[in-house]
Amino acid sequence: MPDLGKYAAEVLGAYGLSLFLIAGLIVLSLRKGRRARAELARIEANKDA
Amino acid sequence: MSLWEYANPVKFLGLSARVQPFLWAAATICVVVGLIWGFFATPDDYRQGSTVKIIYLHVPAALMAINAWFMMLVASLIWLIRRHHVSALAAKAAAPVGITMTLIALVTGAIWGQPMWGTWWAWDPRLTSFLILFLFYLGYIALWEAVEDPDTAADLTSVLCLVGSVFAVLSRYAVKFWNQGLHQGTSVPMATGGRTVSDVFFYPLAISMVGFGLLFLALVLYRTGTEIRLRRARALLARRKREM
Repeated sequence: MPDLGKYAAEVLGAYGLSLFLIAGLIVLSLRKGRRARAELARIEANKDA
Repeated sequence: MSLWEYANPVKFLGLSARVQPFLWAAATICVVVGLIWGFFATPDDYRQGSTVKIIYLHVPAALMAINAWFMMLVASLIWLIRRHHVSALAAKAAAPVGITMTLIALVTGAIWGQPMWGTWWAWDPRLTSFLILFLFYLGYIALWEAVEDPDTAADLTSVLCLVGSVFAVLSRYAVKFWNQGLHQGTSVPMATGGRTVSDVFFYPLAISMVGFGLLFLALVLYRTGTEIRLRRARALLARRKREM
C-alpha cells in the first residue's frame, strides 16, 4: 500500500466510490441481461408449444 | 458487406457475441493495469500530493461521460433518419453507462476539489455544464421509462439527445469558451498531441483511458443485446394477446 499521506481518505474514498459504481453497473447489467434471456426463452418456448 | 447489415438484430447479436469476449478481456486488462499502475507505482505530485492518483479515474470517466452522449447522438440520428431499431436501443443501452461515468467524474472531481481548491463544488463553466449533462442523462433515462410505446419513446429521447448535445459540447470546451473558472484546461489535447502531464503520470492514465473506452463498448454491446431481447419478448407477448 503506498503512503498516501494526509490525503489518504480522499484518494481511497474516490477509488472506493468509483469502483463500487462500476461494479454495480456491471452486476446490474449482467443481471438484467440474464433475466431478458430467460424471459425470451420462456416466451419462445410457449410460442412453440 | 455494408455496416447497415448490423441494423438487423440477429446479425448484430451474432457480431456482438463474437466481439464481446475480446472486448471484456481487453477492458479488464487495461482498467486493472492502468489503475494498479497509477495507484501503486506513480509518485505524488509536488503540489497535489497523493490526490494526483484520482486523475486515473476522473479523466477517463469524464472522457467517457461526454463520448457516451456523442455515441447516443449518432445512434439517435440514425434512428431518426433510417428508423433502425437497433440504433435506438443502443442509445438507450448507453445511457446508464454514460450517467455512471458522469457521476464518477462529478464525485471524484468534488473529492479532489475539496483539498486542492478548498471547495467541493464551484459554479465553474465546466462543472456546471457537467452537472447539466448529468441531469440530461437522468431525463433521458426517465423519458424512456415514462413512454409506453417504444417507437414514440425512441423519437422523444432522440430529440432530447439532440438538445442535450449542446451541453455535451459545452462540457468538453467550456474552459476554452469562457476561459474562466477553477477547472483547468485539458491536460492531454487530442487534436494537437501536446500534453502538460509528465510521462510518469501519462502512461498509466492513457492505459486507463483506453480501458474505460473498451469497458464502455463492452457494456453497451451487452446491454444493447439485452434491450433487443426484451423488445422481442414484448413484441411476441403483444402478438399473442392480439391472437387470443
